[in-house]
Parts: sequence; structure tokens; C-alpha cells
Amino acid sequence: MSEMNNGWETVIGLEIHTQLATKSKIFSGSPTAYGAEPNTQADLVDLGYPGVLPVLNAEAVRMAVKFGLAIGAAITPRSVFARKNYFYPDLPKGYQISQYELPIVGKGSLEVMLDDGSVKVVGITRAHLEEDAGKSQHEGVGVSAIDLNRAGTPLIEIVSEPDMRSAKEAVAYMKKIHMLVRYLGICDGNMQEGSFRCDANVSVRRKGAEKFGTRAELKNLNSFRFVERAINIEVARQIDILEGGGQVVQETRLYDADKDETRSMRSKEEANDYRYFPDPDLLPVVIGEDFLDAVRATLPELPDAKAQRFQSQYGLSAYDAGFLIASGELADYYEAVAALVPSDPKLVANWVMGELSAALNKDGLDITQSRLSAVQFAALLNRIVDDTVSGKLAKEVFEAMWTEGIEADAVIEARGLKQITDPAAIGAVIDEIIAANPKQLADYRSGKDKLFGFFVGQTMKATGGKANPVLLNDLLKQKLAP
Amino acid sequence: MSLTPKQIESIAHLARLELKAEEIPVYTDSLSRIFGLVDELDKAQTAGIEPMAHPLEDQVQRLRPDAVSSPDRRDLYQQNAPQTEGGLYLVPKVIE
Amino acid sequence: MAAQTLADLAKGLRAREYSSLELTRAFLARIERSQPSLNALITVTAESALVEAAAADARLAAGTAGPLTGVPIIHKDIFCTAGVRTTCASKMLSNFVSPYDATLVGKYRDAGAVMLGKANMDEFAMGSSNETSFFGPVKNPWDAAKVPGGSSGGSAAAVAARLAPLATATDTGGSIRQPAALCGVTGLKPTYGRVSRYGMIAFASSLDQAGVITVSAEDAALTLQAMAGFDPRDSTSVDVPVPDYAAELQQPMKGLRIGILTEFFGSGLDPAVEQAVRDSLAVWQKLGATVKEVSLPNLPLSVPTYYVVAPAECSSNLSRFDGVRFGHRCENPKDLLDLYKRSRAEGFGSEVKRRIMTGTYVLSAGYYDAYYLKAQRVRALINQEFRSAFGEVDLLVGPTTPTAAFGLGDKTSDPITMYLNDIYTIGANLAGLPAMSIPCGFVGGLPVGVQLIGPHFAEGRMLAAAHAYQRETDWHLRSPAGWSADFEPSNTGGAA
Ligand SMILES: [Mg+2]
Ligand SMILES: [Zn+2]
Repeated sequence: MSEMNNGWETVIGLEIHTQLATKSKIFSGSPTAYGAEPNTQADLVDLGYPGVLPVLNAEAVRMAVKFGLAIGAAITPRSVFARKNYFYPDLPKGYQISQYELPIVGKGSLEVMLDDGSVKVVGITRAHLEEDAGKSQHEGVGVSAIDLNRAGTPLIEIVSEPDMRSAKEAVAYMKKIHMLVRYLGICDGNMQEGSFRCDANVSVRRKGAEKFGTRAELKNLNSFRFVERAINIEVARQIDILEGGGQVVQETRLYDADKDETRSMRSKEEANDYRYFPDPDLLPVVIGEDFLDAVRATLPELPDAKAQRFQSQYGLSAYDAGFLIASGELADYYEAVAALVPSDPKLVANWVMGELSAALNKDGLDITQSRLSAVQFAALLNRIVDDTVSGKLAKEVFEAMWTEGIEADAVIEARGLKQITDPAAIGAVIDEIIAANPKQLADYRSGKDKLFGFFVGQTMKATGGKANPVLLNDLLKQKLAP
Repeated sequence: MSLTPKQIESIAHLARLELKAEEIPVYTDSLSRIFGLVDELDKAQTAGIEPMAHPLEDQVQRLRPDAVSSPDRRDLYQQNAPQTEGGLYLVPKVIE
Repeated sequence: MAAQTLADLAKGLRAREYSSLELTRAFLARIERSQPSLNALITVTAESALVEAAAADARLAAGTAGPLTGVPIIHKDIFCTAGVRTTCASKMLSNFVSPYDATLVGKYRDAGAVMLGKANMDEFAMGSSNETSFFGPVKNPWDAAKVPGGSSGGSAAAVAARLAPLATATDTGGSIRQPAALCGVTGLKPTYGRVSRYGMIAFASSLDQAGVITVSAEDAALTLQAMAGFDPRDSTSVDVPVPDYAAELQQPMKGLRIGILTEFFGSGLDPAVEQAVRDSLAVWQKLGATVKEVSLPNLPLSVPTYYVVAPAECSSNLSRFDGVRFGHRCENPKDLLDLYKRSRAEGFGSEVKRRIMTGTYVLSAGYYDAYYLKAQRVRALINQEFRSAFGEVDLLVGPTTPTAAFGLGDKTSDPITMYLNDIYTIGANLAGLPAMSIPCGFVGGLPVGVQLIGPHFAEGRMLAAAHAYQRETDWHLRSPAGWSADFEPSNTGGAA
């Protein structure tokens, strides 16, 4: 599904920086928690003090390997840290410790489901371990202020092949990676806090052309929405240039969300000779079979496998399964409820995706913060299954449970919402309705079938909506028959 | 191999070293001499030889357990800083 | 006779013939007398030394002292010392107070050694004459018109002038051995990874090695015992057991296979130096060692290899000096680029800048393969040649330097002539081998040294050979005129 603009084709590759959820930094014993007072989480190693040396965090290596295994990539048996040299105030040593020729994770791939339901395979070139930089704040007049708390936070940079053909595809891929790293428990995925960041390499070419066009690298895309906006704006800019007979310049461009534009980054213009070389302070990272096996044993069920299982085990549609596995926590919640409502997993899916999701959304909560436990929620759904409440009234019960924190049975009891399932009771009501509406009865019997609905409505109204709808239907049919 | 003054200027820029005009010919000359010496490496037959980045060939990277061990010592560490404010290091404005 | 070796002084302390305070005061007095003429120290820490000495005396009295407790020591100013200015002999760090101790410094502190001060050196350890120091050159105690060698020139001059029985030092391309030879003292560069680099300000990380300068090989063994060992803070430190070096000193010379390197005896070697080295070989032969010639054909390429690898690593290591978190910052920078360029241009001396530029160039786009990778391949060749040589011999022996000490200013105009002074020492750094220089005679009144190189972690064998030699000779016990050891219990008032 590639997007064509006047015969132009868009080509996109993404570099995603994923902060690894370790307790301490990749090369030092500083904490990695977000939001601390400036420079209180920067030790001598993070500050690049003279004489200090890096020592590699085992957990960062494990997490990187976990990611590699999850995308079916080859794990490099002997990977090497390299220094990327450039001067910038948020880079204390004047070089970033990264990996260059021998990244820890080699080629892999990821299946991404697009809007039209088709599946696209996106190639992943590599993922390498590296340290994050600090942050510059530019508020002051003529000065920038440097906070190095983030410096040294472990990252994997996940580099895709230039396989995406539209901003939407890029976002779908990015969302899939985002879901995956959270499944793996290697990243908290918090984009506001910068735990998951994306740069996009964007170019355009004539439809059918073999060669890629000149690309621009877009920085600072810290939300899914910005990724889509920035790419679309950049594509339009490049097409404008090319159609005007101009040439796209290979450069780094910053997305400015306030102005909704991309602009050339002056600071990056000349910093293009990084003089990578193997870091002599670190030795090759050797990953043996034992290490791989140990990490493999910690891999959770991955999203694609889970979606497949949800379809076969619960009889769900691909769409429903996809919705429910969006996060491991949501999937777990669904399964916990489904286990307690074994007869109707589809009903459970409908309610999780419908009422529950809407309520969570409205209150700005995620599934782990749900006001209803799986047990409480299942109790309600079981009252639908056993015909205690109608589906319609169950929504009222849910509402009360959610806002007032009352158990399902208590709500049903207190509000008298229990369904009427006694045929004699319903029959008596029907008899009264028929007696009170002789004209409608006559019309119905003379062929106005639509009036059946009128009698359903009247009966429901008279029972306060509590009549069992199936029973009501059967009885009405009998009693209305000539 | 000899270098040109222009090369010296661009190297100095990459290395963030300001050179005075009169220093350029001095470094041009001395670096050219150094690379004259370095060019002797061409004599070595290195086909098929793996580059050696490190004297400890059979050593591998050791892994540290993931534990926080560094307490906050900002005030001590910033005693060496030329300019700080509110715990932040100050520099002339960074232009992105 | 005045005690001058670490071994003797430590023995006297433990026997309580004198106190550490007395010893410390005596050496501080010598330092004070030496500073105007030798300039061997950048910082003298007299006050804290007296405090440390008193603490050492308490340990000695309590019977909790170790072999180095109370012994005065000078640290090369490349080692970070908590609360004490650590300059690396650079304007860049002329006001830098380290908030932490180097691992090595901490080990000596824990052992109870008393720090007298910080030794002068070539700026950031880049130099072979100690003339690149921001704090002025060090003079050779044997002849004030001569250089002491470098980069550990202050450490070597200090031990030669008996300002302390030992001084720490570092060796990236000969910076321990060359000044030790030129100052007539014993210099030990251990195997790469044997002594932690943590807290030692990096010059070229894959070559830098901490070591020591002492009067004798026995002293070197004693102090290596305190320095050596695995450090979890240094990923390149090696976790192999530390032997008992004092016991290793007793290894017999009988049957020791000594190799002499063909390449070390070619043109450029002063014939008088050659004679002194050949005379030393006769001593070992007399003790039962065998001598054979071995050749390492690529060894002459060690200098060009070094001048690619070391500057490359240095250009990156010194990028952290940017005027932001520590170190020199220029006045009134007009923007960020100006801050970087002027702070660095003002803070670094010309040799340091030359090496940074050389290294920047060899790593830059288009030159990496031709220079950096090529040099790493030649490094591998040289390493292989050393390995195969050590299949045939136990130790390699040759001159440490081509000549005795040269005159101040003689080699400052052409970097190449200066660099070639390290022609015999660089090979050991490229291959990470332990090596040492011990005094083996005099040429024109100036000391010269013989160099020993061993296989990885063979410090014990090497020290044993040096010790055996020093039992047969007294070159190492000779001190320069005006600087002979004068510390005797009788003239300091005896035990406290
Ligand atoms: Mg990138
Ligand atoms: Zn990156």
C-alpha cells in the first residue's frame, strides 16, 4: 500500500532509540530514574571525568539480546563497542560509546499489520547498544544549561531497512516496535519522557525508479502523531523541490511541532566525520550459547503468537485479537476474565473492547489501573450469560460498578434489575397490553407485521426493561397469532 | 606524505583547536614529517592480518551486575566546573 | 651507610629505628632543596604528608603496619588524588582538584604509604624529555643541562635524587623505562592489565600502563605487590592471581634463556651504550643464563605504528577537555564553537595539539583504513613476532635508549628525532608486554640502562633477572653528585 503523490513514491527508514529499563546506567552505577534534580544522577563516569573508565551493565546486554531474539535476528557472537566522536555539550566525553561495525543484534525482521488488514514485512538492519546523551535546555538568553542525568542511560538503536512507503506504514512499524519492547519488558515505552524516540530517513523517488532519492534525516519525532506529520510535511517539501527542478540536500532536519515544519539543523551540519574506532577502554562482548539460552528462556509469548492463539483458542476475529493483544497487560486481563466466563469468550472480548475500554479512556487510565478487577468484571458478564440481566441493563450495572465501586450482584439487587424469566409473569403483562390495544392487534393480525415491534416495546416498557427478550419474543408470537 | 595548510585548518576545526595564523605552517611542517615517518608502514606485508585493537587478545568484556552504586555527589563534582547555575552546567547557547 | 632503598627504609621503619614522621620530614626537606634546580614536583603535599606519616606511625606502633606503611612516595601527576590538585602537567588542568583517588593511589593509601607530592611529567604524558610540561622542564640530577627523559621525567629524577624511595609512573611508549635509563634508576612497566588504569588520566588507552620507578629491582617487586591486581572499575584490568613477587625474585638464572634483539643493535645505537648493554649480558651469562640472538623483522615499524595508534586514541581521550565540566575555559567565549576552540587551544600545549591533530587525521573519513587499520595490522604482526620469540627465549634484553640523556632543547625543534628516542621501548607497549630498565653503566658521566622484556605476566621472571644483575653490580646504588642519600637514624635523632 504505497502512497503516491503525483507519481512520486515515498521511501522511509526509521532509527528508533529505545531506552532500556535497567536500574543503573550502561557504563556506570548511576540510577536511571526519570525526573531527578539536574545532574544528581551523573557520576564521574557519566560526567567524563579524567581517568574514569566504563564497565558494561549485564542487564543492558541481556535486554538487547532479548530484543534480537524477538525479531529473529542473528546475535553477533563477538560485538565491539566503538567511539563516535563529536563535540556537543550534552556529550560529556566528546564521544558517544556506541557500536559500529559489529552491533550486538544483526539482521532481523518484523511483520506489521497495515490499516487495510494486509501484513507487511519490515526489515531490521541491526540494533546496537549505546549510551544516551544528556539534555540541553535553551531557555536562557544566550546560554544553554546542561543536565547530564540522562547521559549514559542504556539505549538500543533499532535501524530499519528503507522498507516503508508511507507515513502511515512508518507509524504502524513504530507502533509494532513500541508494543514489542514493552512486551519484552526492556523499555517502559514512555514517549513523553523520551524513553522511545524516533528519527526518520525520508526520501522520494519517481514511481518505478530503482534508485533511492537523496534523503533527509528527521529528528525529534517524539510521538506517533509527530512521526506521521513530519514525514508528510517533509515528503511534500521534497516533492516541491524536485518538481521545481531543484535538488534535495542530504541533511539533518528538525521537526518543529509548534510551527509544524521541518528545518535544517545547523548544529549537525559539519558533525559528519565521526571518526569511529574501537573503544580501547572496552573489550569485545562475547555472547555464548549459554547466555543465549538463558535469555531465550525469559522470552514471553510475543504479540504475533498471542494474536494467533487468541483467534484459535477464543474464536476471535483477527481484529479483535489484534486489539486485545495491544499490550501484554490488556491481553492478560482479557484472559483472566475469559477464564472466569468460559462459555462466551466473544462476549468478554466485546465488553473489554467496548464498555471497559471506553471507561478507561474516559478516565485516562490504562488497564493496570482498571477500577474493576478481572473477577469483578467477570461476575457481571456471568450475569449476562446466566440471563440474570439483559445485555442492555448490564451496561447500567457496569456504570454503577465503575463509578460507585459496587459488586455486580449488589447493583442488580439494589436496583431491581434482575431479568424476568417467569413465562407466566411475562404472559400476564402481554395479556394486559393486548387488551389495552385492540386496534393495533387488529392491524397486526391483518398483516401489519411491523407492529410486532410496538408490542415488544410496550411490554419492555411495562416490565421496566427487565423481561427476558427471548422469552418475550416467543410469548408475544404465540399470543398475537390469530 | 605531506599535508596542506588547508588540511591542517580542517583537522584543527574537527579537533576544535583554534590555530593562530603563524601556527598553521608550523603544524603543516611537523605533521607532514610525522606522516613521512608513518608512511613507512607501507613496507609491512599485512595482507590477511587481522587488525589488533588491543593487547589483551584473549580477554573479553566483563559484565557488571545492574545495581545502583553511585550516590549523588553533584556539589563535589561541580567544584571543578567553570560555570554552573542551579546544578546545571552553563555554556554559550546551543543553536540547533 | 645511608639507607636508600625502599626495602631498607621499610625495614628501618618496622624495626622502629626511626619514625615515618622523621623519614617524611627528611625527604620533604630534600624535595624543598631540589625544587629550584630539578623542578621534579608540580605539587608538594607537605601538610597532608605529615598527617599521613603520623597515622603510619600509629599503625607501626599498633603492629598493624604492612610492608609499605610509613614509606614516602611521590605520585606522577597523571594519577588522580582526592582533594589534591591533579594537573597532568597541563594548563588545561592546572586548577583541577580530583574528587577521587585513582585505584593505584588508593592502594598505596591503604598500604599506609605517605604521599609527598605529585611528580612533574610531560604534558598528558606526551613527550620523551619532560620539556612539554606546563610547569617547566625537569632537569636531570646527573647534569642539569640534560633532560631526565619523559614522560615520567619527574618521577625518575625524584628517585635519582633520592627525593623518595619510589615514585609511580606511567608508560605508553617508554615513559617509565626511558627516563629511568636516563636518570640511572630502575623502572618497571608491568604487563598491560596487571595494574589498574582507573584514575590514571588516559593518553592512549590500549598502550597506557601504570608502573613504578625505584632504586632497585627488589624495591620494584615490593611495590608491584601493592599495585598489582584486578580492578572491577577497569574493564581492561586482568583477573589473574598476583604472585608473591618477593619469592619470585629468587628464581635462579641458571638455564635462563635470554634473547638479544637483532633490531635493537643496528645503526643509531651509541656504541658506548651498546658496550654497556653487552657487558650486562656477560653478567647474566656468568650466572648461568644463555644468550642467543633473535630477530623481529617488523619491530623497526613500531615507531610509525605507535604514531598512528597513540595519537588516534589520544585525540578521542582528550575530547572531554572542552571547558564545560572541568578544566580551563577561555575568557568571554562568543559562542559554543569559540568556547571549545579557544579553551582547548589555550589549555593544551603544542605537542599535545600536534598529537590530537595527528590522531584526528588518521581516524578521519578516507584515511582510517590507510593509517589506523594499517597500523593495527602492523601492531598484530609485531605482536606475533614477540610471541614466537618468546617460544624460544624467556626474556629479551637490549638497550633502553639509543644514547644517554641529551641536552635540554636539543630535540624540541623536530618531533621525529624526539620520537625516535623511544625506538626500543615502544614495542613492549604495542604487545602489552612487561618490561623494565635497570642501570647498567655510564656514558660520558651519564647513566644508561639495559632493558628487559618478558612475556605477558612474567614480571616475576623479569624482576628476578634484574635482581640477580643488581646483586652483581652497583650501578643502581650510585646517585648523582649532591644527591646521595643522607638519611640515617643517627642524624635525625633516632626513634621517636
Ligand atoms: Mg543514528
Ligand atoms: Zn544512536
